[in-house]
Amino acid sequence: MNEEKDMRNASEVLDTAAARSASELALGNADEMNAILSEQTPAPETPNEPLDANVKTLSPFMLVMKRFFRSRLSMVGLALIILLFLFSFLGPVIFNRWGETQTDYGGKEEIISAPITVTDADGNESEVIQVTVAKQPINTLSPPSLKHWLGTDKAGMDVFTRIMYGGRISLTISILVVLLETILGVILGGLAGYFGKWVDQVIMRIVDIFSCVPTLPLLLIAGSLLDAWKVDPSLRIYYLMIILTFLGWSGTARIVRGQILYLREQEYMVAAEAMGLSTARKIFKHLVPNVMPQLIVSMTLGLGSTILYEASLSYLGLGVKAPYAAWGTMINIITEDVSVLQYNPWVWVPSGVLIVLAVLAFNFIGDGLRDALDPKMKR
Amino acid sequence: MVKYIVKRILLAFLILFGVSLIIYTLVRLMPTDFVDQQFAAQQSQGSVKEEDIQRLKAIYGLSDNSFWGIIKGYFQWLGNLLRGNLGQSFKYNAPVSKVISDNMWTSFFIAFVALIFQFLIAIPLGVTAATHQYSARDYTVTVLTMIGISFPSFFFAAILIKVFAVDLGWFPIQGMADASSTETGGLMYFFDNIHHIILPIITLVVLSIGSLMRYTRTNTLEVLNADYIRTARAKGLKESKVIYKHAFRNTLIPLVTLLAGILPTLFSGAMIIEQVFSLPGIGNLAYKAQIAGDIPFIMGYNMFLAVLSVLGTLLSDIMYVVVDPRVKLT
Repeated sequence: MNEEKDMRNASEVLDTAAARSASELALGNADEMNAILSEQTPAPETPNEPLDANVKTLSPFMLVMKRFFRSRLSMVGLALIILLFLFSFLGPVIFNRWGETQTDYGGKEEIISAPITVTDADGNESEVIQVTVAKQPINTLSPPSLKHWLGTDKAGMDVFTRIMYGGRISLTISILVVLLETILGVILGGLAGYFGKWVDQVIMRIVDIFSCVPTLPLLLIAGSLLDAWKVDPSLRIYYLMIILTFLGWSGTARIVRGQILYLREQEYMVAAEAMGLSTARKIFKHLVPNVMPQLIVSMTLGLGSTILYEASLSYLGLGVKAPYAAWGTMINIITEDVSVLQYNPWVWVPSGVLIVLAVLAFNFIGDGLRDALDPKMKR
Repeated sequence: MVKYIVKRILLAFLILFGVSLIIYTLVRLMPTDFVDQQFAAQQSQGSVKEEDIQRLKAIYGLSDNSFWGIIKGYFQWLGNLLRGNLGQSFKYNAPVSKVISDNMWTSFFIAFVALIFQFLIAIPLGVTAATHQYSARDYTVTVLTMIGISFPSFFFAAILIKVFAVDLGWFPIQGMADASSTETGGLMYFFDNIHHIILPIITLVVLSIGSLMRYTRTNTLEVLNADYIRTARAKGLKESKVIYKHAFRNTLIPLVTLLAGILPTLFSGAMIIEQVFSLPGIGNLAYKAQIAGDIPFIMGYNMFLAVLSVLGTLLSDIMYVVVDPRVKLT
């Protein structure tokens, strides 16, 4: 009885060791695999003790996490992203003095002073400065003050509030787009890589076509299509997501396919074959998890580039439309009104800075993850 | 090798066919077209009649917007393309191929100068970052270049304009030349052009330096881990000799292939940067054509871009074999 239990125990350990070595192999990390194996080899000599008791093993996930959290830049990136999320999702709840599209009707006094020459009855010319106080109903383009921390824009809306709402849209779009791209890419890339032959040929030719389509011009065409269809501004972001996904999935599919082509030749896949596992189980249980490392890196870096694409599109006036705020949309004003670019930097600089911070944070995290997942990098 | 290239070129035709089909369908889906936009004002005043509009649309080949009409339009366009005719641009009123070939040199010049600076700055930075891995120098270079990558081009350009053109007044805000120098011509005109493109070039360089520097850094790190570097060190060579004689040359292999891939795309024009600085490059022309619904030009420009990118991948694959004899194409 006891013996049988030990047998099972031992086989379990062997099993996990095999699985571990397989996944380590997928990561290509021979050193750490050896370390884990050599730590475990002396164990069978003392069969009565539970085998795991005196061995401290780190799962590949833990190893990666350890390396990730050691890198300072990725920590900075992570902190930045958390701050940006809190700022845009919690910010408007706490700081609710102004709404996203609320115009400040508080009025504004504009003082215009102009010199005029006056001639009096004696014919003496004297110069007087005429001061006109013009009262406007809407408080437009007012510089930063206590009332409006970052001033107001051309429509008299509070810039500080709008960059918070803008963050909601920009961050949500990029995350959803990257998720959709990944789902599409994993399915198509997985099919191509696993089945090979004509399936691979067909899917990869489609991928080739999509990676050759010029992205920005096509985004412009799609943006003006939305204009022409007179899509409701509040629904527009959903269409934008679909368009961005449609143009972006091919890269993910290529990564997944390449990785699966390599993985399906590995021994553990031969074992899975021999055990008679179903195709779905082989793909989703054994192949896809091993593609995840590369996928996570490309997803994180993809978040940054999606924010940039969305911002460029909105900047050209074809993305999210006013009165709704997105970071790119708030910079769009400088294409229409050069004087805002020249004299009212508080309208467009803050949202630009936030775009840079968000993209930078995603790049830091992606880079840190790549280093953490790359077995060739040694410190 | 020849067989490989022929195969790739045949494949390229398939890809270009697919690309053109996607773009044409999307462009034709736009309900407002060039004729509508052009004559909207006259039509509302009543000076142009509805029949005239319809006749013009027929001339431009835009009258039939049904599924079969679009298919027919596409094959007409394709037929003309096979005869080497990209059609007549609506907006610029000249053959598309002429508009492209006249204006691509402006874009090429700016992109080429930017590329030279980019390589001159990024490669040394990448090599030092790799040889001093995880040092303060590495972190500084990495962080600065990453900030560069993270800038949206229009935002960086807007800041440059605000600071250097508006506040300091060192550079002109936009355009390619002042009216005065256009009249005088000659050397003055040339220097005036240079003066105008400094800010766009700075934008291009700063935004693209990061990825090249990262690429150089990764490659140098890989080379430094190679066996022959260990051998070189074991021979007792000086560290500078190991790095600049043994490692650096091998670092250049992937960079040369990268360069071959980039070269064709230099002609494609930077749409947003040219738009911000109002440069008469091909990107800006395409942007304006896009707004005007100039279908032949949009098609021509996008196909031009697709050809350039196909050419880029092919060149870089061929270059890979040329510089690295270990690689064999199949």
